[in-house]
Amino acid sequence: MKRKLPPIPVLLGVLAMIAVIAAAFMFRFASYFDESLSYKSPTRVVTEQAETPRQQALAEQVEAERQAALERPYEEAEYRAFPRIGSRVAIWVVAQLHLLFAAFVLAVPIFAVTIEFIGYRTGEKRYDRLAYEFTKLLSVSFSFTAALGAGLTFMLIIFYPKFTNYLMSVFSPTFLPYVLLFFAEAGFMYSYYYGWGKFSPKVHLFLGVMLNVVGTCIMLIANAWLTFMSTPSGIAESGALISTWDAINNYTWMPINIHRVIANIAYGGSIAGAYAAYQFLKAKTDEERAHFDWMGYMGNFVAICGLLPLPFAGYWLASEIYAFSQTMGLTMMGGAFSWLFIIQAVLIGNLFLFANWYLWLGMGRIKGAERYRSFIWPMLVVITICFAVWATPRSILSTTEEIQAMGGSSHPVLGYLGVMSAKNTAVNILILTTFLSFVLYRRSGKIPTVSWAKLGNRIQFLIFLAAASTVIGYGIAGYFVDAKTRIGFSVPQVGSVLLALVLVTLIDSFLLRGAATTETNWGKIRPISQYILILLAVTFTWIMGLMGYVRSGLRQHWHVYGVIRDTSVDAYTPTLGYATTVVSVTVLIFFALIGFIFFLAGLSGKKSFVAEPTPEPRGGDGTLEAGDSPSPTAMQV
Amino acid sequence: MNLLVISAILAAMVGMRFLKPSMLAWIAIWWLGMFAILEFGFAVPIPASVIKIYMGIITLSLIAYVLTDPERVEQVWNPIVAFTVEKRFQPLLVVVGLLIPCVVAWSIYADMTKSKQAPSFARTVHPAPPDQITVHDTDYPLGFADNPYRTLEASAPEEFAARVQAGRDVYYSNCLWCHGDVMAGEGMFAHALNPIPTSFEDPGTIAMLREAFLFWRIAKGAPGMPDEGGPWESAMPAWENFLSEEEMWNVILFLYDFTDYKPRAVELH
Repeated sequence: MKRKLPPIPVLLGVLAMIAVIAAAFMFRFASYFDESLSYKSPTRVVTEQAETPRQQALAEQVEAERQAALERPYEEAEYRAFPRIGSRVAIWVVAQLHLLFAAFVLAVPIFAVTIEFIGYRTGEKRYDRLAYEFTKLLSVSFSFTAALGAGLTFMLIIFYPKFTNYLMSVFSPTFLPYVLLFFAEAGFMYSYYYGWGKFSPKVHLFLGVMLNVVGTCIMLIANAWLTFMSTPSGIAESGALISTWDAINNYTWMPINIHRVIANIAYGGSIAGAYAAYQFLKAKTDEERAHFDWMGYMGNFVAICGLLPLPFAGYWLASEIYAFSQTMGLTMMGGAFSWLFIIQAVLIGNLFLFANWYLWLGMGRIKGAERYRSFIWPMLVVITICFAVWATPRSILSTTEEIQAMGGSSHPVLGYLGVMSAKNTAVNILILTTFLSFVLYRRSGKIPTVSWAKLGNRIQFLIFLAAASTVIGYGIAGYFVDAKTRIGFSVPQVGSVLLALVLVTLIDSFLLRGAATTETNWGKIRPISQYILILLAVTFTWIMGLMGYVRSGLRQHWHVYGVIRDTSVDAYTPTLGYATTVVSVTVLIFFALIGFIFFLAGLSGKKSFVAEPTPEPRGGDGTLEAGDSPSPTAMQV
Repeated sequence: MNLLVISAILAAMVGMRFLKPSMLAWIAIWWLGMFAILEFGFAVPIPASVIKIYMGIITLSLIAYVLTDPERVEQVWNPIVAFTVEKRFQPLLVVVGLLIPCVVAWSIYADMTKSKQAPSFARTVHPAPPDQITVHDTDYPLGFADNPYRTLEASAPEEFAARVQAGRDVYYSNCLWCHGDVMAGEGMFAHALNPIPTSFEDPGTIAMLREAFLFWRIAKGAPGMPDEGGPWESAMPAWENFLSEEEMWNVILFLYDFTDYKPRAVELH
């Protein structure tokens, strides 16, 4: 068989490489012979050149240091420095990345199992496929979480050995259960993923539920460590442990637990939505587009479900921080960190706007949605006003002239919008409006057939009106009462909104029973909607990074607030610009990694690698002629 | 608020509606109208940083409004495309093309020639208090300390009223000059200070705070401000050098009594 020769440039390259290597060897040998064959005087012994005084001093210094090291007793280092960026930033980035992946890994099983259960109950296969699609994202994310967690642990031990040792001494009883639970989670995770369709549905659902239970327990333990650092309890003033349980059950442990479970759901939904958007945008067939459009919708639905109660959970957490330490509370809401809350407010306002926008765009795929189109602009106006109030700063960034004009850093009119009464009102109305958007979206494809449909609609309208009036009424009253009463007003405000959510959903479920349905063209949605889904995920991630920094940074120059002081070179609060840059870079790294995970998850649906058969030779005798290519092999992607 | 200005802008916007402008023009009118209200509609001008936030939100909302409906997208997009490609608009396009660098040049010129200002700083409203302060050899843990005379409001109203009266005397002897007779931060010395003293009538000041916080601010004044969040540029004296603890607690009672605000209660776990 006649083989085709490689192209001439390749041959020349290989020859050049061989020539360079040969020349290097020859040069080395030549220099060796030059040294060994050169003339050496038989009478005069060449003595080593005398050291200069400086070299002697340096040698003595090295020897002295060696002796000192031999005689010095072992001392545990308090801190070690990470090159260039410093230990704090290194730990910060790794911890944040670990948390972002962990949040995703904890969140996805919650709604994957829920969706699988819906599929099991209804018998609709599409739910099962959707749940599997979500779960596909888990396995690699789980490995990343574990790797980052291990990295974080090692870095803490290396760079903050003394503090880590203290933390381990306080929480020593929790570490072994943590490791065992982690093993259990790995077991349940992989049996849930690989056992899809292999076990009976009930067994599989049980595995999913256990995965959630174990995952939540892991989170509860880790939350105890980090909340203890901010709001320590169960220890003496010296730091000596009095009660491990009290150290676990500190001021902010339960608020963080609740906040994180809800936030994880919202965040996980948004990331899954972004994955669906990514797949939608690169889909080639209508069937693929329809599937990923639906997946994106479900991801967004999950994210909104988590987003709606999130501000209340966050509020509870903040009030507990204030209750623990007035200093911390004021630093957070009125002091140096309050500027970050303005960024947070803008981002949260964006979340609400994007979530609504996506629903409005989604109406375009439903026949019969036109009748609700006129509702969009009033809702947009309400969202814009509430967003503006929500983002109004209490302490305003101003020039000297502006401060002089205002008579301080608070504006005489806008100052009224920067306080809690206005903000609570704004966020509750935002939630109500978002819920209304969802109700209208849901109604778009359905025409009620029950006889009391009109009455039902009116009752629902009255419920919305009553909830909005309650929220606004308490918001206004909040300006005329003491702080404690004002804080107490948030309960009826939230309560009325939640009640409205429940009642309207309940009425809707009866109202739409047996309703005539119109066609929903999954996949027939404008591509901009998919970019909104990606923006939602980015915004969620950014908020998590930002608020994570606030929660942790509030400790300022303390490792454990008020107990273990940070005496490292990093014991200062970074500028807001620097902090937001670190957060932004972390978010970028996260999306680079999650993009890789999306890519890997996308591979599982592809066809297997198949080598194409060798093409028939021209001559038909099995030989290739000059100019023929060797048989290509290609990955079938 | 300049209601006259706001009414005029809103009336102009309503009037424009009758001219049936195109979608693109209507969006531009809304944007400009909102900007005009924010820029000129308030007696005390809104700082530029807030206007930027508000205009960002309004811009985003207008984009959402247009992009939600394919018809609106076309109504906005088509005139822009026509303007850039149709021959009849060419002279105007050239003018716009020349105008853009002119506007940029003008803005750079304006930026470079504006009068010099002292550097601004991001001042926070509430400085974070320390965990504990010492006043006249007594330690006060600020997280848990409360006004020792607050309970008298319920248990001994007469004595409480007497203390409020005593606080009134302290206020009008010492604080009036800067904080003003109605506590709006407009005392006779106020305008010699920059920024002017805090207005206690503002719902975002004493109404949000615990009495121990006020005690700290009164006792330690500007010299006791924390490093974090500075420079504070406060002229507040450290009143512990002039007043007794009792007098300071009394004046706090008076501040809340006069403004009709209630102090934030101490919350314990």
